[in-house]
Amino acid sequence: MKTIDACGRACPEPVLMTKRALESSPEGVTVLADNAIAAANITRFAANAGFKLSQTEQLGIYTLTLTK
Amino acid sequence: MCATEAEGIRLSKMSSCGGCAAKIGPGVLKRMLADLPRSTDPALLIGTETSDDAAVYRISDDLALIQTVDFFPPMVDDPYTFGQIAAANALSDVYAMGGVPKLAINLLCFPVNTLPLTAVRAILQGGLDKVIEAGASLCGGHSIEDKEPKYGLAVTGFAHPSKILSNAAAREGDLLLFTKPLGSGILTTAAKAELLAPADYELLIRMLTTLNAKSQQSASAFDVHACTDVTGFGLVGHAGEMAQGSGKTIELWANELPIFPAALEFARMGIVPAGAYRNREYQEQTAYISPSIPLERTDVLFDPQTSGGLLFAIAEKDAPSLLHALQEHSEWARIIGQVCARGEKDIIVK
Repeated sequence: MKTIDACGRACPEPVLMTKRALESSPEGVTVLADNAIAAANITRFAANAGFKLSQTEQLGIYTLTLTK
Repeated sequence: MCATEAEGIRLSKMSSCGGCAAKIGPGVLKRMLADLPRSTDPALLIGTETSDDAAVYRISDDLALIQTVDFFPPMVDDPYTFGQIAAANALSDVYAMGGVPKLAINLLCFPVNTLPLTAVRAILQGGLDKVIEAGASLCGGHSIEDKEPKYGLAVTGFAHPSKILSNAAAREGDLLLFTKPLGSGILTTAAKAELLAPADYELLIRMLTTLNAKSQQSASAFDVHACTDVTGFGLVGHAGEMAQGSGKTIELWANELPIFPAALEFARMGIVPAGAYRNREYQEQTAYISPSIPLERTDVLFDPQTSGGLLFAIAEKDAPSLLHALQEHSEWARIIGQVCARGEKDIIVK
């Protein structure tokens, strides 16, 4: 599965990067983010777009996996 | 085409966070200001104690001076529009105190090497046009070289001391009226992402550049008890300041709020500004939000507003007439809640 790195990006960039990645990989993507706000916005995006989401956080890096 | 577009510059991309969303969060601000001594001048009618919109100083029994300042980085790309929004936002604090703005002074920061002077001039022209529309005089300014552009005004206004509208005098039973749609922080974030449809963008800009002058003029014919404008701390934050200052609890009715048509959909998509999360984190301690309210509607409650509407507290019997007067020039005016006896929380959202 494709992984994109949204660390260091301010909102709304992480959501836009996720949206664009899903357009080319509609089966799902993994997104890395470095703040809780980006993770919360990607969680909202996943729920609204009908993706399942799993999330882990380690040392301030959030790994969010969106799958159909 | 505007000057910055011609140069390939997008004003809103020159800062990480524009408009009132750039405000320092309420939690940090409180810690910053906690130990600083307060003025004891008895002529200072409103100072820092009640987190009001502006300072008010009694000059004589018939005249009070209102002083405020507001500036921020761009949240839109067109420099003239940015100037208009920043000025409307700064002037609003005087209206929120029940006053009339008379003098305005520019505050300007900009990157001399990257932002063309035509764009800077357009920002100042936008601000000047709003100051003129307000019937005030622009009488100077101060400019600083900075990596990120920022613009706003220091504004001086006047009112009769008995006509000052503090945010701390709401009474139990008062109804709350609000004059502009909520969700401007979400929509400016969507615009920055180039997701906002032209009609939604046009409405957003029309609202952000609308002076609160007419709403305040309408209200001046009524016995309004308290007023504030809703800006960077969002509806819950500014209504919360009114509740705290007045020693009451304020109930907000989630289904009665005026909201920009596109805002809820963008909130569902995760286009929620960082400032809304900061506001929520701090304000959730003093607010109860009914769990039956959908998440995106609660986002709007915490969304930082730029150049937001006026929130009036007025006796229940007078509220329908004030609503009617406000709706003559603003189709968005609504009754959105009520002032209740002091309970455990500042704000209850139903």
